Amino acid sequence: MLLIKGGRVIDPASRRDEIGHLVLEGGKVREFLAGDAPSGFQGKVIPAQGKWVVPGLIDMHVHLRDPGYEWKEDILTGTRAAAAGGFTSVACMANTNPVNDSAEVTRYIVEKSLREGSVNVYPVAAVTRGLEGKEMADFSELTEAGAVAFSDDGKPVENPLLLRRAMEYMRPFGYRILSHAEDTLLAGGGAAHEGWTARKLGIPGIPSAAEEVAIARDILIARQTGGKLHIQHISTRMGVDLLRMARRAGLDVTGETAPHYFTLTDAALEGYDTNAKMNPPLRGEDDRMAILEGIQDGTIDAIACDHAPHEAYVKRCEFAAAANGIIGLQTSLPLSLSLLAGGKIPTPRLVEMLSAGPARILGLRGKGSLAPGADADATVIDPEEEWEFRTEDVLSRSKNSPFIGWKMRGRAVATICGGRIRHSTIAGVAADA
Amino acid sequence: MEWHRRHVLGLSDFHPEEMEFVIDTARSMEEVLTRDIKKVPALRGKTVVNLFFEASTRTRTSFEMAGKRLSADVVNFSSATSSVTKGETLLDTARNIEAMKPNILVVRHSASGAALFLSRHVSCSIVNAGDGANEHPSQGLLDLYTILKVKGKIAGLKIAIVGDILHSRVVRSDLHSLGRMGAKLWLCGPATLVPREMERTGAVLTSDIREAVRGADVIIMLRIQLERQKTAYFPSIREYSRRFGLNREIFSLAKDDAVIMHPGPINRGVELSDELADCERSLVLRQVESGVAVRMALLYLLAGGSHAAH
Repeated sequence: MLLIKGGRVIDPASRRDEIGHLVLEGGKVREFLAGDAPSGFQGKVIPAQGKWVVPGLIDMHVHLRDPGYEWKEDILTGTRAAAAGGFTSVACMANTNPVNDSAEVTRYIVEKSLREGSVNVYPVAAVTRGLEGKEMADFSELTEAGAVAFSDDGKPVENPLLLRRAMEYMRPFGYRILSHAEDTLLAGGGAAHEGWTARKLGIPGIPSAAEEVAIARDILIARQTGGKLHIQHISTRMGVDLLRMARRAGLDVTGETAPHYFTLTDAALEGYDTNAKMNPPLRGEDDRMAILEGIQDGTIDAIACDHAPHEAYVKRCEFAAAANGIIGLQTSLPLSLSLLAGGKIPTPRLVEMLSAGPARILGLRGKGSLAPGADADATVIDPEEEWEFRTEDVLSRSKNSPFIGWKMRGRAVATICGGRIRHSTIAGVAADA
Repeated sequence: MEWHRRHVLGLSDFHPEEMEFVIDTARSMEEVLTRDIKKVPALRGKTVVNLFFEASTRTRTSFEMAGKRLSADVVNFSSATSSVTKGETLLDTARNIEAMKPNILVVRHSASGAALFLSRHVSCSIVNAGDGANEHPSQGLLDLYTILKVKGKIAGLKIAIVGDILHSRVVRSDLHSLGRMGAKLWLCGPATLVPREMERTGAVLTSDIREAVRGADVIIMLRIQLERQKTAYFPSIREYSRRFGLNREIFSLAKDDAVIMHPGPINRGVELSDELADCERSLVLRQVESGVAVRMALLYLLAGGSHAAH
């Protein structure tokens, strides 16, 4: 039994936003109590006065690098970082070694996560064997082993016919493809957003159209097949527009963006900062504004950080040779909270994009909600706490973040996963062993 | 004026006075080159390493010559491999060389930002001898110096740069050196090689070479890199030459005293007609001459010399 006492309980899934107490029992949410706290409560109490209590956050796009690249990250370190960042569930991409294109790899991830993980781990399996874009993976054995969706993330499914067949085949089963939407030919080997900064620095550009063309193609194939599609890491204005259009057309197309796309622009590349290198690249200010608009009007369903750990030396090199990607699990929430500052985005909407949104997209039952009977996953947020993100705070095995040294406002002060306290900075509340 | 720089990575943060100071120093150096014994002891006991990760003959030779004429010990290091996937990293290579205690590393590398990157990780001075499509500061300065020699000023001149603007580090340095000294710059080439964003530099962009050349004081022709043609930025060399090549007829649109420059090596008959390359108004060889003097000046200043001491 666990009592989270006196917080502002924000649960978009049950349209709740009020101060009260949340009782967790047997790994489930038992009830919400308004008014006075229950007296004589037998169990742990987490004092949450002045804090927000939200459904356990879900990041539907992370790279745990396990199996195969454990020197970058593994399930133990990655899920610890997740818990510290307020996340109780993460969906991990298939570009491991071996690739997660077989039930053995999926089971390995599931079992290791149950054994060593601090939070729930949902494997996303490959659409194509070996991520090679040639043959479909065995979707059924993968879902039976625990895969929740399919993605060749890191690269697109280039062959439109193969994508069409995969979406069509999946339709009766309700599986969703998470698309890394990129026309690699159009991207032309670029390393940064094709804009003034790249021109000035002499870095080969990746045009916005490389993303937009691919999103348009994927949406049209979803329309043709009636399949379920999710667009990953949207970074461009037209990308948001296309998603909006797809939704208006009644298609089952969802989309995510990452905190860096609404926080930074390609201006962060000045000085050839390799920690500002990712794919899709940081875009221009107009794109950033469009992402904010997409978040505001509900076009974008989820915020996912594309946590991409890399060892130091693959970033400590000339820009062109540097690896793509940044870690994000510990900065995703505070950067997202900064969106509330303008007052244009209501708090429940933000919470939704980090919980109920991804739960709905991935079909995670019992997740993303604090309704009675839901899983006992909850995050307690102090929206006011000011802190600095320092290298020594990083729990990931890799430290590749452009946000090191940033002053943050707001953070997860307690993360409860399945009724167990996985992270706590609240005085007198210890994390469970 | 005093010289405070430890590195010369690019001209983006060079003030006009600073560029003038380098040019003044280059003038004194050039005087040395007119002597019978073209050598001064200014850099005796200093070591300059030419660390070239990209093929180059003239720039490397020019730096080597510059170093030797100042009595520095000059060592050349060339390597074709340059990325983490192909063996030793750039940083490891540079650190190995650094362990041999050179005073100055002259670096050329195919990646933009490579020189800046190394300057953050090694303790000796770095001279950028060309980093990807970013900058080629000594070229920017020698172009400035060459034009000053002939025209006596930069401000108000119409200078057309024609060719592959997109991939050119020469352009990015010239924009700083010539642009900051008040030239009116025109960038001309196929639209695929003249990024629209370059308008922000204040330069005029065009794909009409006649418009670029008309009334120009200086025309800088860039080498069309035939090896880039794999990705086809324009239909063919033949087509390129027809639209963007400089020939006598188009050159006649320029001012009567206009001059032609080219950072080399020239593709004769492609960007520049054979006769123009050798005509009396071609400054190509004078650029090479200025190049040694400018590089002597840079090495001299970085090694701790002051203009007055010379």
